[in-house]
Amino acid sequence: MTSKQNEKKSNSWLKFSSTRNFYPLAGKMTPWFMGLAIALMLVGLYMTFFVVPPDYQQGNSYRIMYIHVPAAWMSMLIYLLMALYAGIYFVLNVKLADMMAGGLAVTGAIFTVIALWTGSMWGKPTWGAWWVWDARLTSELLLLFLYLGYISLRAAIDDPNRAAKASGLLALVGVVNVPIIYFSVTWWNTLHQGASITTNKTSMATEMFVTLLVMVFAFWMYTIAIVLMRVRNEIIERERDTSWLVEELGKEK
Amino acid sequence: MNWENPSEFFAMGGHGLYVWASFGLLTLFILIEVLVVRKRRKDLIHRLKRLTQARAKMVEKE
Repeated sequence: MTSKQNEKKSNSWLKFSSTRNFYPLAGKMTPWFMGLAIALMLVGLYMTFFVVPPDYQQGNSYRIMYIHVPAAWMSMLIYLLMALYAGIYFVLNVKLADMMAGGLAVTGAIFTVIALWTGSMWGKPTWGAWWVWDARLTSELLLLFLYLGYISLRAAIDDPNRAAKASGLLALVGVVNVPIIYFSVTWWNTLHQGASITTNKTSMATEMFVTLLVMVFAFWMYTIAIVLMRVRNEIIERERDTSWLVEELGKEK
Repeated sequence: MNWENPSEFFAMGGHGLYVWASFGLLTLFILIEVLVVRKRRKDLIHRLKRLTQARAKMVEKE
């Protein structure tokens, strides 16, 4: 055993912050998270269309809520997580943290587009407008631009360390937008309805709440699975000159 | 049960367009995202294999 391997063993809490240890672990976890995501998604969709009754005012268009709300939550949570990883990268200088941040961005952007799109599809029959420049919608649109800026910045800079620093800074600065989105419905008088679920009480029936929860978990599991897959790709890309990776890929085949 | 027959299900009480456009885009995006990430993995591994082979050849020559 080389001295390098000994050193790694001694600080075990940092073990999975190295790409070498993370790569096989992520590979083992991915199918479980993806399997859970598919199962939860199927249950959630079944409940959305066959268990919960139509809304007494909005009819069936409100079923969009069961993907709109989880997508909107994910768009904000993924951004927070991305900024957190960017922060960890700056403090500990662990490149895996930067890879995680980069891997989260695309999925975050996708959920932002889904939140905006489904919001539009729900807004038209409910408010009579596809889009209004209200605080909630505008700040969510800004979130999309932050994601897109972050992604293009990373793509534009060739040197991974410089890309990590520049994009990480953008991610950290942009984080102020997340509380603005979240509290926009209480801070400003907006067309967008208030939170459906708050910490003290729920303005929903139990079966509706459970359906929403199943969908939220499905989106979480999917996010974890796809981000792990993307980070693994990034590891292959960046560690292509190491012998451990060739060995690892040989084992997988 | 919410629906008497399949056509009632697809109509969504007149809001079918909005509902199916929402769930349709979600499905489409997830499928595309998974396919793109898997394709990227294949391409990266393919590239790495060729790189390793090229290196092995160079070592042989030396």
